Amino acid sequence: MTDLTLTRGQVDRERLLRLLQEYGVYAGVVALLAFNFVFTSNFVSAENFRTQAVQVAPVLIVALGMALAIGTEGVDLSVGSVMALSTSLLSLYLGYGPWMAVLMAVAGGIVIGLANGSLIAFLGVQPIVATLALMVAGRGIALVLLPQLEDVRDPGMASLGSGDVLGVPYLVLIAAALALLVAFVVRRTTFGRQLLAVGDSRPAARLAGLPVRRILIVVYACSGALAAVAGVLATARLTASDPTSLGNLMELSAITAVVVGGTPLSGGRIRIGGTVAGAVLIQLLTTTLIKHDLQPSWTQMAQAVVIIAAVYAARERGKR
Amino acid sequence: MTVETTEAELQPASARQGPDKADAPSRAERFSALAQQHGALVTLLVAMVAASLSFDTFLTGDNLENMALSSAFLAVVALGMTFVIVTGGIDLSVGSLFALGGVLAAWGSQYGTAVALLLPLAVCGLIGVVNGLLIARSGLAPFIVTLAAMLGARGILLAITDEGSRTYLVDKDSFFATLGQGSLLGIGVPIWITVALFILGAVVLRLTRFGQYVYAVGGNEDAAALMGAPVARTKIAVYALSGLCAGLAGALNASWLVSGVTILGSGMELEAISAVVIGGTLLSGGFGFVSGSLVGVLLLKVIQNVINQIGSLDSAYQQVVSGAFLAVVVVAQTWLGRRRRVL
Repeated sequence: MTDLTLTRGQVDRERLLRLLQEYGVYAGVVALLAFNFVFTSNFVSAENFRTQAVQVAPVLIVALGMALAIGTEGVDLSVGSVMALSTSLLSLYLGYGPWMAVLMAVAGGIVIGLANGSLIAFLGVQPIVATLALMVAGRGIALVLLPQLEDVRDPGMASLGSGDVLGVPYLVLIAAALALLVAFVVRRTTFGRQLLAVGDSRPAARLAGLPVRRILIVVYACSGALAAVAGVLATARLTASDPTSLGNLMELSAITAVVVGGTPLSGGRIRIGGTVAGAVLIQLLTTTLIKHDLQPSWTQMAQAVVIIAAVYAARERGKR
Repeated sequence: MTVETTEAELQPASARQGPDKADAPSRAERFSALAQQHGALVTLLVAMVAASLSFDTFLTGDNLENMALSSAFLAVVALGMTFVIVTGGIDLSVGSLFALGGVLAAWGSQYGTAVALLLPLAVCGLIGVVNGLLIARSGLAPFIVTLAAMLGARGILLAITDEGSRTYLVDKDSFFATLGQGSLLGIGVPIWITVALFILGAVVLRLTRFGQYVYAVGGNEDAAALMGAPVARTKIAVYALSGLCAGLAGALNASWLVSGVTILGSGMELEAISAVVIGGTLLSGGFGFVSGSLVGVLLLKVIQNVINQIGSLDSAYQQVVSGAFLAVVVVAQTWLGRRRRVL
């Protein structure tokens, strides 16, 4: 499509866009932090940082799974519903102890993920549609299991939600550990390489003898499991199970975090560091707007602009 | 331009040889095509017969009228979505645009019917054009662009309604209110409008040059460009059309409810996409028809109605059934499509 001979101006523009895509998200985080340090009262306090970090943790965990799905040139729209299902299952099985409940919740997420993966890998359904079907059905199942909000009165869950180690909340520690784990898997393991190869070109990966179907299924199962963990953590923080609203629009926030972080939608590349920064950026953006008395409407419009800007910056380097 | 081009470019060369060898479609091939085109209609008829046998209240005038009315608004949204999906795209912003259109219409109705109709059409159409420009000219992925538009439109909606706390009312005696409330020959005006729009949509998609471009772009974009079809302009037009449809549906809905309810429309994009897909339009683009989308909408509403009639079932089952149904239809389509190509 494009000319092979580039003039000097075009090269510079390419490089600028590349820099913007690589480091734009970090620059954005730094800029927002600086802005808040100067202009926002009560921003610089341990308490505030804790609140911000705790709020961003579930979004980040969902975004990690989303990054894997997007890395295979897919997407997982069912994550919000998986969170709802996970909170329902957690509530139902809490009578058997917190460990059993968490196990069941995560197992539920994995089952949804396996269903997504099977539709995509074996039946060749497009990821958007397959996960859309599970998104609709998943929320329904969650509501069938637990029709309305229920308080979670388990000391174990409560301490998971509000406890900390040396001032760092458990939620943040878990999110950080999972981010490191996923980054390790993507960068240093065979599975990570295979995953990126599938995202780069599925026919090529198949010709190279990679187990494409198995990889896809594992990726969506991971995304389901991570979303379920996020659901458990969100439930622990709120000390209530609310399958009606938990995880609503979570797929949006997660996709935004991944895309803003510089992971191309065309697959073949995953940036976990960028995803973390992307999740933080969106959280900071929301906080900044709220602390300066701007309404939620502005937050949504700003988020829309940020998404478009991020995708626009990424487009030049995307596959044609 | 119909069956053979579908997804053909995604297949390896070995699979692509199939249709060339057999000039006349075989029996199995014809069956696949028939199932694809009329499967939803047959299912709809079966569901309606089963429902009317099971529930005395199903086949009453009131119930049918209610179902038709509640289908009308979704159907208009699905009509625009059909064009988008035939080009191989997707429009996730329609739910927000539906709500925005309703609020704008209710606000505008104080200045007369013309404003109440033109304002939502202008704003939603413009957002559709912006979607189309970003997708066609900048080459961004449709789902992410329209996702952002969904957020942005919801933001605009909140901004003009004091963060969703203010509901604009429509004067019950105005002409605008009769668009939603009135009836002609015993059938509600929104139903007439919907039927008229679907006839128009079918004519445009089937018989006009623009319709041929829509199919061509969805079948194979590069081939369409080489044939001289205005690819970018066609794409911009379909997203504008989808925005217009969503805005109009929202306006009609506001007229029907005599108020601009701000919380409407969330999840509507999913319903519209489901309806289009159930109706036999391929998500990969290049193949589809508007009558199928109408059947898809009716089928979804019949399922919803049946679940409501059962009564003892939680409305949450509706989502389970809809989701499962969508999965089954998509799997069946994929299977039929693959079969047709391999044969």
